[in-house]
Amino acid sequence: MNDSISGKAAIVGLGATEFSKNSGRTELRLAMEATLDALKDAGIDPSEVDGFSSYSVDKVPEYEIARLLGCKDVKFFSQIPHGGGAACAPIMHAAMAVATGVCKTVVVYRAMNERSWYRFGTGSYGFGSTPIFENTNYGWYMPHGFHTPASWVGMFAQRYMHEYGATSEDFGKIAVAARDFASTNPAAFFYEKPITLADHQSSKWICEPLHLLDCCQESDGAVAMIITSSDRAKDLQQKPVTIKAGSQGISQGQQIMTSYYREDITGLPEMGVVAKELYAQSGLGPEDFQTAIIYDHFTPFVLPQLEEFGFAPRGQAKEFIRAGHHARGGKLPINTHGGQLGEAYIHGMNGVAEAVRQVRGSSVNQVDNVENVLVTAGTGVPTSGLILSKA
Amino acid sequence: MAKYEWFAEIDAMVGHQYGRIYAWDKVNEAMVRQWCEVMGVDNPIYTDADYAAKSQHGQLVAPPAMLQAWCLAGFHDELAPGSTTDNPYGVLKLLEAQGYPAVVAVNCDLHFDRYIGIGERLYYTTVFDDISEEKTTALGTGFFVTLKMVFLSETGDGKDDEKVGEMLFRVIKFKPANPPEKAKPAGSDNAAPKMLRPKPGISDDNRFFWEGCDAKELRIQQCKHCEKLQHPPAPVCMHCHSFELDYKLASGKGELYSFVVMHHPHVPPFDNPNPIGLIELEEGVRIAAGLIGVEEDVSPKIGEAVEVEFHTYEGELTLPQFRLVSTKESS
Repeated sequence: MNDSISGKAAIVGLGATEFSKNSGRTELRLAMEATLDALKDAGIDPSEVDGFSSYSVDKVPEYEIARLLGCKDVKFFSQIPHGGGAACAPIMHAAMAVATGVCKTVVVYRAMNERSWYRFGTGSYGFGSTPIFENTNYGWYMPHGFHTPASWVGMFAQRYMHEYGATSEDFGKIAVAARDFASTNPAAFFYEKPITLADHQSSKWICEPLHLLDCCQESDGAVAMIITSSDRAKDLQQKPVTIKAGSQGISQGQQIMTSYYREDITGLPEMGVVAKELYAQSGLGPEDFQTAIIYDHFTPFVLPQLEEFGFAPRGQAKEFIRAGHHARGGKLPINTHGGQLGEAYIHGMNGVAEAVRQVRGSSVNQVDNVENVLVTAGTGVPTSGLILSKA
Repeated sequence: MAKYEWFAEIDAMVGHQYGRIYAWDKVNEAMVRQWCEVMGVDNPIYTDADYAAKSQHGQLVAPPAMLQAWCLAGFHDELAPGSTTDNPYGVLKLLEAQGYPAVVAVNCDLHFDRYIGIGERLYYTTVFDDISEEKTTALGTGFFVTLKMVFLSETGDGKDDEKVGEMLFRVIKFKPANPPEKAKPAGSDNAAPKMLRPKPGISDDNRFFWEGCDAKELRIQQCKHCEKLQHPPAPVCMHCHSFELDYKLASGKGELYSFVVMHHPHVPPFDNPNPIGLIELEEGVRIAAGLIGVEEDVSPKIGEAVEVEFHTYEGELTLPQFRLVSTKESS
């Protein structure tokens, strides 16, 4: 345990812009607004920042943020691949950098006009026919018109339903709970707009077996946070949020969204890797969490995540959902900010932010007596996870 | 050449004046600057206020060649408020109806009465000036149609508006002497180019697979050393790490391991709903591909027997697709 990063670094500042469908300003500006907001929240002068971490597909370079902050002595910067799957990894990288003494104060950020400038769900991404790996890899799918994240997830979901008897209504209950939390979160895009299971069932097909309301939003916005050593955190103005554990995960047969060639496609073994490592680093188990952020770009993948972390036996997450354990007042309320289904799709970084608020005790949907919060990142891709805890 | 009966209608239109088409915006610095940038015009009398103040104009002026630009319809073909909707191009439509569909490069002559200053509001009127006798050129047989646009600047104080320029617009509307060699498919006039299916990336690691498709063979990579199969293909055996790889011809038979049905978004050229299967081949490897024979209201069943069929798109992309065997007889 002494060699692990557990407990050696803390999140001490949190900043964000509003979440919208069209921010009306550049991504760099969003990044600067969120970063300065986070530094102010932490009470740390911008010139002290000496590390940065973000993740693809973010296009705001850390050197430009560093230049605008007036940083002179930046010793650590990383950008982690695989989009939302990396959402928890910058915090882990920051914790590693701080724990090993490479740097002292790291800005972790995510800033994108994903909705107004790109959209991930269009089905055309400009893959070419040159022999680079990405083109050959997506060449197995795009020529057939099998070309959206929703459809790639749907292929896993259909098999999961077939093997375990989960239903579209089980997926719907995840969406209903998320929109319920969003309805009481003024920062959520779907603030005061709850849905019913009937709304979910009658929403149009995006790709069978996924309805529209199984799919998260597309959003513009930025989130930033400040990580420093736990020792220094004690002297800062915010209640420190300890980084208890962090891990990335790739497992056998791993691909990006299309790991269809594994013996079994109903699990998420890469998340299993993360779970095992998080529990080993922290010494915690499933019973030690009061709330969790479970990545919800598409509802079906919430179920195997609950199973990989041991909240339910394999194939039984549907019972967990049917009992309402994941919803407001349940034994493990998940995504109390409204998730990416309800609050915004900031590729998981807004989920990390909600975990910080839950540990601080400042969430608008605060859960009682929070000690430890599990956070997971994007599924179907190489992924990551975190445990954030009270100091 | 004798005139046609229908020509009387067109003849009677000669001299007709068509209403006012207004400019969307007053002559303004922003559009002038953009136009100069795009056209590569760097004369400071158009963009440098200090310089222009000292010039003979005493203020910024617009490049004369922008004359037509001010009064063009908007991006969505809408005319500025106050414009009339009578169409000076009606004569062209009448000629088309009589079998003179083609147009070649338009001839435009611009005449400028004076420079136009920032802040002026322009409009123009059009006179159907002339139509020629039927003429035969190397291109074909048709009519030269001449329209004259007169551009005016509003005075706004009750005085007569001031003419600032005019444009002669001449076009030949004709029957082509030699019809185009390659007839366009019906309904393709002005249509966007047809979208094609995206092509796969082909590398030294997977070329055998795609060449197999062209030969209507389903080729699955096989290790020469341990003889295990793998798909998708790779440069090395994922079981024993041998680089000695070959392929085996699959029977094309298998069962549906999972599936989705694409509904949104609509991405040309694909027709939704578009069913896609994850097929477990009887040789034991899986492959993703489009499904054939799926009826709209009948969901495929996991475990259903499927069989490969090859379909070629646009003569250049051959894909393996899988038919539900239960629908084979009826199709």
